[in-house]
Amino acid sequence: MAQEDANVIDQPEVLRHRMVTIEISGKKYEVPEGVTVIKALWYTGQEVVRGAGCLGGFCGACATYYRTKDDPKVRTCLACQMAVEDGMSFTIMPPFPARKALYDIQTLKDPKQDLFNLYPEAPLCRNCNACTEACPQKIDVREGVWKAVFGDFKSVSEMFMDCVMCGMCTPVCIADIAPNLVALYVSRAQGAHFTERPQGLETRIKEIQDGRFNEEWNKVLAMNEKELADHCATVK
Amino acid sequence: MDIHALQQIVHQTRDARRKQTIPKFSAADCDQLIHTYHPDYRASAYRPIRFGPNANDKTVIELAALLEGDSPIADNADLTPHYTTDVLVIGGGGAGCAAALHAHATGAKVILATKLRLGDSNSVMAQGGMQVSVAPEDSPVTHFLDTLKGGHMQNDHELLKVMVEEGPSIAKWLIELGVLFDRQADGNLHVKKGGGSSKPRLLTCSDYTGLEIMRVLKDEVLNKKIQLLEFCAAVELLSDDNGHCTGAIFKDLDNHRQVVVAAKSVILATGGIGRLHIQGFPTSNHYGATGDGLCLSYRMGAKLDHIDTFQYHPSGAVYPEQLIGALVTEGIRSEGGHLVNAKGERFVNELDTRDVVSSSIIRECEEGRGIRTMSGRVGVWLDTPLLDAEHGPGTVEKHFPAMMMQFERFGIDISKDPVLIYPTLHYQNGGVKIDTNSETNVKNLFVAGEASGGLHGRNRLMGNSLLDLMVFGRRSGLTAASRAGSMQQGTLTVKHLQRFRAEAKKHGNSSGVISPMILPAYTRKE
Repeated sequence: MAQEDANVIDQPEVLRHRMVTIEISGKKYEVPEGVTVIKALWYTGQEVVRGAGCLGGFCGACATYYRTKDDPKVRTCLACQMAVEDGMSFTIMPPFPARKALYDIQTLKDPKQDLFNLYPEAPLCRNCNACTEACPQKIDVREGVWKAVFGDFKSVSEMFMDCVMCGMCTPVCIADIAPNLVALYVSRAQGAHFTERPQGLETRIKEIQDGRFNEEWNKVLAMNEKELADHCATVK
Repeated sequence: MDIHALQQIVHQTRDARRKQTIPKFSAADCDQLIHTYHPDYRASAYRPIRFGPNANDKTVIELAALLEGDSPIADNADLTPHYTTDVLVIGGGGAGCAAALHAHATGAKVILATKLRLGDSNSVMAQGGMQVSVAPEDSPVTHFLDTLKGGHMQNDHELLKVMVEEGPSIAKWLIELGVLFDRQADGNLHVKKGGGSSKPRLLTCSDYTGLEIMRVLKDEVLNKKIQLLEFCAAVELLSDDNGHCTGAIFKDLDNHRQVVVAAKSVILATGGIGRLHIQGFPTSNHYGATGDGLCLSYRMGAKLDHIDTFQYHPSGAVYPEQLIGALVTEGIRSEGGHLVNAKGERFVNELDTRDVVSSSIIRECEEGRGIRTMSGRVGVWLDTPLLDAEHGPGTVEKHFPAMMMQFERFGIDISKDPVLIYPTLHYQNGGVKIDTNSETNVKNLFVAGEASGGLHGRNRLMGNSLLDLMVFGRRSGLTAASRAGSMQQGTLTVKHLQRFRAEAKKHGNSSGVISPMILPAYTRKE
């Protein structure tokens, strides 16, 4: 099978398999190079309950602080999306007690003004940029907070479409803003109050209510198995 | 060989492939392909369930063992309730949130319990979109027929009609809550075409559709101050003397204490089974996808439907190692991405149904036209750079930001290089049998979302899961809540468990495992 052998991808971690030393919450362990942070936890015998969710980089449950060898900079990552390297040190972030404002999104009278009642700290941003640096999704969080304050809700909703609500932007804020929660409010307000209602959708709902498809339904639902299969085959 | 050297054939053949049209297989060819290569037809992976409501039905051995498993709860357990509620929702994904919100809106008291955090689920990862027939040339009937065809005509017609007809009103509900679906220039909803669908019907929020919906629903659950029990795993249901469901027992995963909740009705929205790694497959599923709801309802006497069929999503990542099993969204193929074997050839119409595409990938690999990794995996190329070539530079980045970021973290630019993929265990096509109100044959026990069965037949179409969650989440929540006013809380017993144990004994005892599994055993033992 010479041809098949040619179709093999080189993998450095398999070719030169080695163990590396990492630090988990201050304790040293040996783990295989290149496994994800979350797999390193399992490898070292730890039971993981808090700190793991979708394992696909979408739910934000595994927000983690880490530092690489000899670098003073503490960075953030999602533990399921980050490979370990020698000398790396990490700690999974515990849940941070950020304050979430409560609101009924549909009955807001003036959502752009209401922002300041719900999140009065939002305009107090001091531009330190720590939130942006803390975002594992590379969102320009600081810019988003300013845009929210200046009422550019549309831009905020676009910028924060990548937000997994991990909350990493919150503990670093010197003005006690929870930028992800501010952005969530702003995005919802944008959708509920400042986005056109789709006419086609309203039309379709009305058509269903008015029974526009009833005749076709009756025809389809009266078919026997064979007729239905044949009919399905004609739908292109 | 270096990965870039192997990828050259994809770059070299791109222009020639763009001129090609690959016709869909005939119905007979599809059947033969699936029967030969789809994992659902690997007889050695299956065995009959020995006892219970589905006695003698076949399912995969991993699930059979759990269904025949024993409960961690003793016959004489203390059932003094810690909480009492009208509606108990178990599961914090899309179906659970939709159920809780709708039940709460009618004025019922609702508790939502989940073994991880609110929202940690498969729903949050749904990238492809939600099918709703909003386009003028489309209709609920066409949606029905497409789904039926995709499900090999095995779908429950009543459930399916309900789902397609309620789709538009669900979209309206979500929009009013602030969900930002992609729009056309005229303000109407933008629709994309999904595999197996005859019309463009997918509503999307770039490739973050599930995340966007879940951000909003989670926020809404919190705004409504619905009582949450997080990190509480359901380990047994409760029944009264008539065998009706009256609550559930949980294990608090933080302090390992038992928590008993008395409820007038229970909605199980516990999702699927990916983490059972059926037939050794990697999975795209979240950490808690261990089929808990199936075990719990089975012991209560609820009948399961289509429990022998699973969806292996065609495009799970095979390289890099860290992303194994992770999904590469079908959206890439919707926008024209080709599947390419080691010889640089296409081998299937990429927009055929998932079972057909998966089977064809497995065929390529088994017949030696796959690309191998040194860690022992095999796959075929998904030509992602083709999208930029076809629709202009920046297309991949603009339409698939989540995908771009996921691979970028490991130094791979999917707009420049193709991705290696192989089918990954993605979805449980069947589940607990329900009626159009989402209720099982056990009174006051509802099941919504992936844990339920019948709707999708033997193969779910892309984009029908998000809709299923919302429609049957809503129906279960409304029906459960509407009963609360006119009924008394039933007694709390585990008599169903005594019956189940007696039956197990008659058939040579339980499988020896304790179920539900709660979380997969990934922790390495010394």
